[in-house]
Amino acid sequence: MRGSRAWVDGLTVLIAIAVILLVPQLLELYSVINATIYVSMAVLALSLALVWGFGGILCFGQAAFFGLGGYTYAIAAINFGDSNLPVLFAVALPACFAALLGYFVFWGRLNDVYLGVITLTVALILFKFFNATAGDAYKIGKAALGGFNGIPATPPLNLPWDKSVQLAPEQIWYVAATLLLLLYYVSRCLLSTHFGQVVVSIRENERRAELLGYDTRRYKLLIFTVGGAMAGVSGVLFANCVFVSPTMFSLSYNAQIIIWVMIGGLGTLSGPILGSVLLQMLTAELGTLQWLDPNFVLGAILVVFVLLIPRGLQPLIAALGERTFSGLAALGFRRRKWIKP
Amino acid sequence: MDFGVIVVLQVLVAIAHLALISIGLAVIFGMMRVINLAHGEFLMLGGFTVVIAANHGVNLWVAMLIAAPIVVGLIGIVVERLVIRYLYGRMVDTMLATWGLSLLIVGAMTMTFGNTTRGVSAPLGSVAIGRYQSSIYELTLVLAAAALFAIAYLLFRFTRLGLIARATMQNAEMADSLGISTDFVYAVTFGIGAALSGLAGGLLAPLTGVLPTIGVAYVAKAFITVISGGAAVLAGTASASALLGTLDTVATFIATPVVGEMTLLIAAVVLLRLLPEGITGRFLRRAS
Amino acid sequence: MPTKLTRRALVKSAAAGAAALSTGPWIIREAMGADKIKVASIIDVSGGLDIYGKPMYNSINLAVEAMNKAGGLLGREIQLINYDPQSNIQLYTQYATEAATKERVAVVQAGITSASREAIRPILRRFNTLYFYNTLYEGGVCDRNIFCTGTTPGQTVAKLIPYVMKKWGKKAYTVAADYNYGQITAKWFKKFVQDNGGEVLASEFFPLDVTDFGATLKKIQAAKPDFILSALVGGAHISFYRQWAAAGMNKTVPIASTTFGDGNEHIILSPEESNGIYAAYGYFQDIKSAANEAFLKDYFARWGASAAPMTELGIMQYTGFQLWAEAVKKAKTTDRMKVIEALETGLSYEGPAGKGTIDPATHHDITDVYIGVAENHKFNVVEKFPQQPPWDTAAVCNLKKNPNDNQQYVIDVKT
Repeated sequence: MRGSRAWVDGLTVLIAIAVILLVPQLLELYSVINATIYVSMAVLALSLALVWGFGGILCFGQAAFFGLGGYTYAIAAINFGDSNLPVLFAVALPACFAALLGYFVFWGRLNDVYLGVITLTVALILFKFFNATAGDAYKIGKAALGGFNGIPATPPLNLPWDKSVQLAPEQIWYVAATLLLLLYYVSRCLLSTHFGQVVVSIRENERRAELLGYDTRRYKLLIFTVGGAMAGVSGVLFANCVFVSPTMFSLSYNAQIIIWVMIGGLGTLSGPILGSVLLQMLTAELGTLQWLDPNFVLGAILVVFVLLIPRGLQPLIAALGERTFSGLAALGFRRRKWIKP
Repeated sequence: MDFGVIVVLQVLVAIAHLALISIGLAVIFGMMRVINLAHGEFLMLGGFTVVIAANHGVNLWVAMLIAAPIVVGLIGIVVERLVIRYLYGRMVDTMLATWGLSLLIVGAMTMTFGNTTRGVSAPLGSVAIGRYQSSIYELTLVLAAAALFAIAYLLFRFTRLGLIARATMQNAEMADSLGISTDFVYAVTFGIGAALSGLAGGLLAPLTGVLPTIGVAYVAKAFITVISGGAAVLAGTASASALLGTLDTVATFIATPVVGEMTLLIAAVVLLRLLPEGITGRFLRRAS
Repeated sequence: MPTKLTRRALVKSAAAGAAALSTGPWIIREAMGADKIKVASIIDVSGGLDIYGKPMYNSINLAVEAMNKAGGLLGREIQLINYDPQSNIQLYTQYATEAATKERVAVVQAGITSASREAIRPILRRFNTLYFYNTLYEGGVCDRNIFCTGTTPGQTVAKLIPYVMKKWGKKAYTVAADYNYGQITAKWFKKFVQDNGGEVLASEFFPLDVTDFGATLKKIQAAKPDFILSALVGGAHISFYRQWAAAGMNKTVPIASTTFGDGNEHIILSPEESNGIYAAYGYFQDIKSAANEAFLKDYFARWGASAAPMTELGIMQYTGFQLWAEAVKKAKTTDRMKVIEALETGLSYEGPAGKGTIDPATHHDITDVYIGVAENHKFNVVEKFPQQPPWDTAAVCNLKKNPNDNQQYVIDVKT
């Protein structure tokens, strides 16, 4: 069983690398930029998949860390002139904020709905704050916060060892896609360590984990911080392929992330990645239809999904895949029997 | 002196505003632990009913007090029978389904009515208070909210329906085994919650105008108020609205509306941290 | 077993079919688009900004249809690609990138809010795609790749404020939308009020989704201004006017605005709520001129009698397209640099808004400015100022001397 799992993993990595390299060659610039956006949001979906799907923490404000990552990167990059330190800040600041918020919330023993409301409220506070910074007074160093407009002229990433070379859109695609792949496998590894196992057990039954002697608050805090840092990374990528604005903190982004995770499959890692990409592509397609309102279609799909496919896409695909595999295996078995004399 | 009166009145209006937009969600959440993210759209539908009815000649008050609640109440019952009924106990799934519903309703309204703001003028004119002028209609909202809460309290306390509702809220299984059809109670409650939201939306329409997308602005505030209020439906909503509304208005007068809203949100966060079960989780426990 | 085989075969052929189907249209699309001139229009026709976008969408589609019927541009058919960003700036950047890199359009006529303009201006400049921004705005954009046909405060506010101050008094109170347009316009208000001997008692800014102005109204009453200056924007801010009238304030303190009416607020609100509000624009639907009447006749014939009424934004989207077409005809090509040079010769277009001329040094529009007062769902045009140059942008921007300039200058007002 282990051997075949490693075989599938290895194959998946090879296919993924092939896709990453081929996309800029096969698709036009416009599609590459879109693909980069989808991949950045997939990282965000992955962060909530980790925090919620495996940590059991219903964070309704994951976009807060996403937005903080984006804003930190933009402000730091404008002030520093290059992107090396800003990237580090942009991951560290959301992580610290997540740690603080986590401390505030977990040490207060808050759970499900109440946790969700507090995280949403925090995201909204950030939204209202950044939305109101249009005046001149709101500057951090050289960077004007821009209020509702956001910060359109964010300097793009540059090569870490040569600050004068800024990355072109295709190269940002490489960075984003590789990061997604990396973070996916890092998450997988994290979940298979002792720490990861404890986190999952807390999700299953927090009281039992406590009675077994684990300080559940610490574990939840740590996984929440990791999720926050990952969302910060997604914010940096977003700042590079779209631009930074207060809508990153808005209710609609927060809800979208939750929807991606649910449709992709709560409790899996690859499901939300798939779910986020598919839904984003769908929303973009719907936007071009003149006669049908995109909200209407998306809403209908969601309702149907919840009623008919509540566990999400990934379990569905996995189940189909298993049936196909077993069907193929049965066929192969029969073939072997045939060939043998 | 009259500025003081004005501030107090404005605080009352803000509390009424919050209470009105939250009561529908509170009834549904309090009864069935369903987080109805389509709540903002029920408000919007109530507003649209009023605007369309009024523009077709229906008396404004009839539209607001009768047409809006009935229309939205019926829509609520339909929604409950078609979607929510399958999802009781699955809180996250209901969130997702109701978010989908909200998008669907917004989309449907946009396709039918287009995306332009429409409205009706606020009735009743204005009144002078000292050197200031205030819209009488705004003040009427305060009375309307108070009346609504009073009626709801009387219903809960002194009618058989209220008794059944409270019993189901406290212990659904027991109520079921005593012969009460919980399915029926849930459907009716959802309908009533929707009707209350429709009424609120209708009452607010003359002040804000209606647009298919105004629901979004309401749902977050309502959600936060209801959760901060805690398990008790009426007392929770009333106390949370009072606290948050006062803070919001006072901060707005001192600084700007944005600061007011942020104060409301920060206060909610602090409140939830200190009282994790909401206000009525700790105080006023025995209130309905 | 036979069933399993057929299922596999079915899945295989379905996959192959799907792959083929998905590439097919791509290839076909490429082949057909060869000879047409592509123009992109990126305008919100849904979401809170749709009140501004609908007239613009209607007018540019009308213009393209008419031009195609008359034989096209340089003998080629014009293909207008309409994008609706749904009042979402992220979609603006996405569509602008698509128009520039995938469709490779000859010109982009786009943007309503200043936020959307500043989001796509760098993108279109980077991908060398000509950009026309046709919405009135706060002035100061200096970029050789963009032409701004909308009026700026130096043209409208400069005339509106002295006019209303003479009527109403010296103390103003500003309410504005909280983003770059509102913030900068509020500064212009302050400058002109002070230049005319008055004072601005306070400026308040409101994010675009605010609908509750209750406390603000009381604060305004406490300050006791002679009049209100409004730069409120969007569907939500209409509630200000509604709540203002509900409190009876419209009878005691008048309002002048640079945005009221452009979203057809005077038609959405009742006459009691909107009568008496003054505004200044480069165009009003109620202008009496032969060109305007002919245009409106075609407009309502095409879009129906209940179509969105025409506003300055709608007319300037029309004018922007026509100016570009004139330049293409003059340059005999759609090549970006040649068209820019043709426009920089000071090209003019006479249309429903009067005469609009490109000012070569600023790439802005020298146009007629009108002052109107809302009256029973229409505007009564009370004053006309012909051919106002965009002197506010001209004071800071000279593309002849600095053709590589690329920024928006923000005016600095000494308080």
